[in-house]
Amino acid sequence: MTAALSLRNIEKSFGVFKALGPVDLDLNPNERLGIIGPNGAGKTTLINCITGVLRPDNGTVHFMGNDISHLLPHERARLGIARSFQIPRPFIGMSVLENLLVPLDYKHNVHNKEQRALELLQSVGLENRAHDPSGSLSQLELRKLELARALASDPKVLIADEAMAGLSDAEIDEVLAILMRLNRSGVAIVMIEHIMHAVMRFSQRVVCFDTGQLIAAGTANDIANNELVQKVYFGEQTHH
Amino acid sequence: MTSSLDIFLNAISTGIVLGSIYASIALGLAITFGILHIPNVAHPALVIVGAYFVFFMGQWGVGAIAAALVGLPVFYLLGMALYSFYSRTFERQGQANVLQSLTLFFGLSLVIEIIIALLFGSELKSVDASYVGSSLVLGPITMPYRLLVPALFAPIMIGALWLYLHRTHSGTAIRAVAHDDRALSISGINPTWIKRHAFGIATATAVVGGAALIIMGPVEPFAGRFQIGRVFAIVVLAGMGSIPGTLVVAIMIGIAESFVSAYLTPSWSPGVAFAILLLALGLRPQGLFGATR
Amino acid sequence: MKRNNVIFTLGAFLVLLAGFFAPSIVTNPFYFFAGYVVVQYIVIATGWNVLGGYAGYINFGAAAFFGSGVYLSAFLFNTFGVPLWIGIIAAAALGALLGLAMGYLTLQIQGVYFAIATLGLVIVLETIVHNLPGLGGARGMAVYGPAPPAWSGGPVQYVFFVILIIAVACVALARWIEHSWIGRGLRAVRASEDAAECSGVPTLKLKLVACSISGAMLAAAGAPYPFYTNFIEPVTAFSLLIGLNAIAMPLIGGTRSWAGPIIGAIVLASAQQIATVTISSELNILFVGVVLIAFVALAPNGLLGLAKRKSAGASK
Repeated sequence: MTAALSLRNIEKSFGVFKALGPVDLDLNPNERLGIIGPNGAGKTTLINCITGVLRPDNGTVHFMGNDISHLLPHERARLGIARSFQIPRPFIGMSVLENLLVPLDYKHNVHNKEQRALELLQSVGLENRAHDPSGSLSQLELRKLELARALASDPKVLIADEAMAGLSDAEIDEVLAILMRLNRSGVAIVMIEHIMHAVMRFSQRVVCFDTGQLIAAGTANDIANNELVQKVYFGEQTHH
Repeated sequence: MTSSLDIFLNAISTGIVLGSIYASIALGLAITFGILHIPNVAHPALVIVGAYFVFFMGQWGVGAIAAALVGLPVFYLLGMALYSFYSRTFERQGQANVLQSLTLFFGLSLVIEIIIALLFGSELKSVDASYVGSSLVLGPITMPYRLLVPALFAPIMIGALWLYLHRTHSGTAIRAVAHDDRALSISGINPTWIKRHAFGIATATAVVGGAALIIMGPVEPFAGRFQIGRVFAIVVLAGMGSIPGTLVVAIMIGIAESFVSAYLTPSWSPGVAFAILLLALGLRPQGLFGATR
Repeated sequence: MKRNNVIFTLGAFLVLLAGFFAPSIVTNPFYFFAGYVVVQYIVIATGWNVLGGYAGYINFGAAAFFGSGVYLSAFLFNTFGVPLWIGIIAAAALGALLGLAMGYLTLQIQGVYFAIATLGLVIVLETIVHNLPGLGGARGMAVYGPAPPAWSGGPVQYVFFVILIIAVACVALARWIEHSWIGRGLRAVRASEDAAECSGVPTLKLKLVACSISGAMLAAAGAPYPFYTNFIEPVTAFSLLIGLNAIAMPLIGGTRSWAGPIIGAIVLASAQQIATVTISSELNILFVGVVLIAFVALAPNGLLGLAKRKSAGASK
């Protein structure tokens, strides 16, 4: 079976500070992978290297068996790697519907874009906000818009970067349900999350990062009982 | 008859001296743009204000160097006021939109220039000093004191500033604020205060730059326009915020301009700095000045 | 949307019709002298806004593009007798190339550097023109256009009609861009470049397209200018006021829609035309500079933004 995503030897430094790596990581098609780790562990740098926003100093990224290391972010997005941002970045100055038209505009063979955009909004429960300015959305609605926009490109991999930060428990359940439904429709999902109960419940496999290194991998149970992981998290707590 | 070696040596030494003067003009921008990331395109206009300040002090019988020293606290306060206006306009709304602030400073620079022109006319202003007019002769090299004296300003300022930034608490705070506001808040220092302070220092250097400019030669209200490309080229090439780098790069640009003047014609030299800037922006190696986006 | 298109086309047609018949109704040529400048600024503001307003990339060097259009059409006419309409196309092509080159050099890094580079472009081009005797150098050069066509009612009336055609074409193009996928992509770039890129928008390519179109319009605005003044010199062709107005007009009117630059250009250019009789050009620049600062600080979305806020407030 070809991995949906395959990272080999990925490294990234900012000046003298080594933010990431070397990291090897595979994501299977239709898998639900959770990534945890304290702040500054290199999780967001990892996503930026996968999506092409940052170019790693070293290493390769393969998507469905093809080397995409040299592709630009928009080329990777069109191939089927979608992401949401840690801090939602709606296209301010456009309506909710227009926010979804942007990715649809730049995708080939989309007929009746407005129809498709409305369907996407329906799938996340935002259809009644379609014509409101995106600046007027609530935190939960912004999170949903991020997801809907990511889905517009019909991704095979969706990377949700802290898509539930700042939400209530009921709202977290709502977002989890959306992600679960997506996963059933065939999308592999990478969830970067600080909300432990959510990521543990959702993921089939969890990996933990610390200071740019992958320190543990396994099922949610394995990870919860892993000594290294506990040390990282308890260690972090003693700092506060 | 001057030999070609003489021309060459003079071009180099003139370039070094010119470059050092440019550094004193660019230094303020190295702080505001390089460290605070505020694209203060009005800095050259502030340098012209500094030059006029020195000119009018000269009318009162105060020497250019003494005038620059008197001007330091005045311009420091001016800079603080300017920063307060800037931050009240943008940063309090939590959206320090770089492009809007660029427009603001652009508008500000024009308003400053025009006000100077309206108040004092657009004819050239110059200062008189005992050393203006004579030259230092070192073998084949002839160096007018009107270039040599202001060329000493930049190394002195840069030395002092470097010591300040690296040896004092508030200096360290200024360097820290460039990286992360939050780190400062945690350690109990108000980042807004530090930024205003840094902006004040940057503006204070403008009066020294202005003194350098007006000792070097006559100044008119719009003389700042030609400095904009030069100073940005220097700051960008020096590696955003590197204070000693400012001097090195300024001297390189000074030499380049001086060679164009000596071997082509002086009328081409205004374009040199901008051509260098464009090339620098186009060819700037990725990652040299941090992550590129 | 369809109905709006019909109204717009009808409006554009009426404007051209009015411009064509105006000489037989309005006899005082002063109105054409003044009107030319206003319409010219509509082209400049519209061209600037394609990049500055839609994509949020500020061009301080509108005068560089305008000036190169002025000099190219004058040079082509004086040297080869090339007719004006070819001069306009050539100027647009040069402006597009210039925009592409500037964009290519600086847009890969950050918007600030693009803005700074454009500040420099004016001085580089002015230095080049100063040093080329073939373009008249610092002294400038005279351009005596051919006799205007008989239907036009006179040389001023003729160039007025020409700049009006350019304006209608540019506004129509800007409006089309705004409502098309290009405009949507540019607005996404303005809102968040990373989010746009990760949504599949080829941001660099799109910015380069906007740079070229904007450059083409700005240069085309300059092409008829030699035939309007009959004399060109570097100081006026690369005038500071052009660069300043190019930014101030869209900002005053509103940068989000095609109508904003038109409103800003009409308001500001008319005020300047009326004021030039009484005040100096220095006061003129001071006035625009102060207005620019006021709008950036107090009403970043311009008059259209203010009107929108007011009507939104009234409906609540």
